[in-house]
Amino acid sequence: MELVLVCLIGILYASGMYMILRRSMVKLLLGILLLGNATNILIFLLGNLTAGKPPVIPPDLKVFNDIYADPIPQALILTAIVISFGLTAFAIVLLKRVYVLVDSDDLDDLNTPEEEDI
Amino acid sequence: MTDNSIIAPLIIHLLAALLQLAFWRKTVTQRYISVTAAFLGLVSAGVLFHKVYSGGILIMNAANWRAPFGIVFVADLFSSSLVLITAIASLAVSVFSAAGINRARMLYGYFPIFHFLVMGLNGAFLTGDIFNLYVWFEVIIISSFVLMTLGGRKAQLEGAVKYMALNILASMFFLTGIGVLYGITGSLNMADLALRIPKVQNQSLINLTSVFFLLGFGIKSAVFPLYFWLPSSYHTPPSAVAATFGGLLTKVGIYALFRVFTLLFTPDDNLKNLLVVIAIFTIVTGMLGALIKDNIRRLFSSLIVCHIGFMVGGLGLYSKMAMMGAVFYLFHDILVKTNMFLIAGLIRQLRGSMNMKLLGGIYGQYPKISLVIALVLFSLVGIPPLSGFWPKLYLIEAGFDAKKFVLVATILAGSFLTLYVIARMWSEVFWKDPSGDERIQDTFASLRLHKKTFLVLPVVLLCFCSVMIGLDAQFIIEVVDRITDEMINTAPYIKAVLG
Amino acid sequence: MRSTILQTASQYLLPILLLFSFFLLIRGHYSPGGGFVGGLVASIAFVLHSFANGVESTMRIIRYKPMSLIPIGLGLSTASMLLPLFFGKPVMTSLWVPEQLPVFGSVGTTLFFDVGVYLLVVGVVLTILFTISLFSE
Repeated sequence: MELVLVCLIGILYASGMYMILRRSMVKLLLGILLLGNATNILIFLLGNLTAGKPPVIPPDLKVFNDIYADPIPQALILTAIVISFGLTAFAIVLLKRVYVLVDSDDLDDLNTPEEEDI
Repeated sequence: MTDNSIIAPLIIHLLAALLQLAFWRKTVTQRYISVTAAFLGLVSAGVLFHKVYSGGILIMNAANWRAPFGIVFVADLFSSSLVLITAIASLAVSVFSAAGINRARMLYGYFPIFHFLVMGLNGAFLTGDIFNLYVWFEVIIISSFVLMTLGGRKAQLEGAVKYMALNILASMFFLTGIGVLYGITGSLNMADLALRIPKVQNQSLINLTSVFFLLGFGIKSAVFPLYFWLPSSYHTPPSAVAATFGGLLTKVGIYALFRVFTLLFTPDDNLKNLLVVIAIFTIVTGMLGALIKDNIRRLFSSLIVCHIGFMVGGLGLYSKMAMMGAVFYLFHDILVKTNMFLIAGLIRQLRGSMNMKLLGGIYGQYPKISLVIALVLFSLVGIPPLSGFWPKLYLIEAGFDAKKFVLVATILAGSFLTLYVIARMWSEVFWKDPSGDERIQDTFASLRLHKKTFLVLPVVLLCFCSVMIGLDAQFIIEVVDRITDEMINTAPYIKAVLG
Repeated sequence: MRSTILQTASQYLLPILLLFSFFLLIRGHYSPGGGFVGGLVASIAFVLHSFANGVESTMRIIRYKPMSLIPIGLGLSTASMLLPLFFGKPVMTSLWVPEQLPVFGSVGTTLFFDVGVYLLVVGVVLTILFTISLFSE
C-alpha cells in the first residue's frame, strides 16, 4: 500500500510541476490543484499507515494498549483541504476574470502596462 | 508564564473585521472602526511588548491543552517587538486608507479584509506551532489576494495572477516541509521540534527538509532566484495596500526564516554559504532593477528585493553581531518601506502620476511635506544618525569578522546605489521644474482639511518612529541584543513553552 | 439541461439532506461529523437543487443573500471562542453545561462553535457558487 501511494505522490508532484510550467492559465490552476493533492497524500503517508486501528479508546479502558492510527495527519489534511478549497475558488474566479479582460489563456500575454508607465 | 492577554492584538483585529462585516456598505462607520481598532491594537501590542520586555517570555495554551499536544501561542521578545511594529505600521495604513482608498473598494470590503490580514500577521508572529504558522500564512495570503484584486483593473488582475501562483506554490513547499518534518519527528510544536531534531539519526534528511522551508519562505520573502513575482505585482494595487504588502508581507517571510533557522534547524556551512550567496545576488539584482525604473512604485518594489538581501545576508553570516544587524534592519525596514509606499500614494494625490518623467516641482509647492519625505528618504539610505545607518554598521562589521568580503562589498555597493537611486528620485520628483504635462493634476489641494490630514499624518507618524529608532538607537540595540541572545540560546524559549 | 428525474428528486432530497446535515452537526463532538461536514452537506443540498432547477430558483428558496451568513457564523464561533476568557480560562477552552439535553447530549461552547462553522461554510460555499454561476452567464 505504501509503495502505491509513494508512486502516486511522485506522479502527482511531477505532473503538477509540469502543468505549472506550461503557459496556459487553466493548466497553471490544474497544476496547483495536483500539487495540493500530492502534498495531502504525502502528509497522510508520513503519519504511518495503520489499517483498522482507529484512535478511539474502548469504553472499559483508560489508556491505549495497542498500536493505533495517528489522528493528527487527518486533522492537518482536513485543514489543508479547506484552505486549498478556498484558494481554488478564488483562483478560478480570478483566472476567469482575467480571461474575460485579456481575452487570452496565455500567461505571457499578462503584461498590460500601468497607465502611469506611459 | 501563562498569560491569556497575549493574543489580544489578534482578537482586536478579528472583532474589528467582524464588526465591519456587520456594517457592510456603511463605509464611514467602517473607517471609524478601522482606525479605532488599529489604535487599540497598538495599545495592546505596546502592553504586550512591555510585559515581555520586563517579565520574560509569555505563553498561552489554546483550549487549555498542554504544550506539545495543543497549539501554543508564544510571545518572546522577537515576536512581541514585531507585533508592536506591525501595529504601528497598520495604524498608519489604516489612517491613510480612510482617505486614500476610493469608496468603491470600501464597498467591496476593503477594511474587513485589511483587518483579517493584520490578524494573520499577528498570528504568524505569535504562534509557537509550525502547522499553525502555515494556517496564519494562508490567512495572510488569501486576504492579500483579495486586497490585491479589489478594484479589478486589468493590470492589477494580471499582477495578481503572478502573485497568486507563486505564493500558492510557496505554501505547498512549506506544507510539504511540515509533512516531512512531522513524519521524521512526530511533533509540530516548535519548542518540542527544537528538542527532537538534534536527536534524529539521519541529519542529512533534516538538512534536506530545511531546504523545503528555505524555498517556501524564500519565495514569500522574495530572495534572489524566487523574487520575480514581486516587481511584477507590487506596483499594481492602490498605495495603501502596496504599503501593507511592501512593509509587512515579505517581512513575515524573513521572520519565519529567522525563527525556523535559529530555533529548529542549525544551518551547516553549506547552507550558510548558500544564504550568503543568495543575499549577494538578491542585493545585486534588486539594485539593477531599481536603477532603470521610472515609476516610483516599481522603483520601491525593486528596492524591497534589494534590502531583503541585507537581512538574508545577516542570517547567512549566523554570528551574533550579524543577526543583531539583520533584526535591527528588519525593524527599520518595516517602518520605512510602509512609509515609502504611503509616500508614493501621497505623491499620486499631489500630482496624479507616479512616473518620474512627468513629476517635478513638489518641493517648491509643498516644502513642509517634502521635508518630512526627505527625512524618510534619508533614513532609508542610512544617513547617520537615522535608523538605516546602525544595522548596516553591524552587518558590515560582522561581514569583516567572518571574512565574507564580497558580501561586505555588495552591502556597501547596495547602500551607495540606494543613495544614487533615491537622489535621482529626489531631484526628478521634488527639485526638477514641473513638467507641465497635461496629465499632471493636483487632486490634493482641492481635498478637505481632514482628508489632507489623514493622508499626511501617517507619513509623519512613521517618519517620527524611524527618526526615534535612529536617535534612540541605544534602546533598540539593547532589545535587539536580547533578541539575538534568545535566538542563539533557545533553552529559555523551550523551557517557557514546555514548562 | 433540465432533467425531470433530477428536478423531482431534488425536491425530496433537499429537506432530507438538510436534516442529515443537521444530524451531522449535533453529533459532531465525540462522533464523526461536525460543523464543517454538516455545512458542506447542507450546501451540497442547495448545489444539487441549483443543478436541477437553475441558480435563480435556488436563490428564490434561500431568499436572503448567503453572504450574510458569513458574519453571523464567524461571530457565533468567535463568541464561543472568547467566552472562556470571562471564566479565566484560555481562549477556545470547552465549557460544558453539566445537565444533558435529550437530543443534543451535552451542550457546551464547542456546539456553538460548530454551529458557527456550519453557518459559515454554508454561507461561503453558496456565495462562491452563486458568484461563479452568475458570472458565467
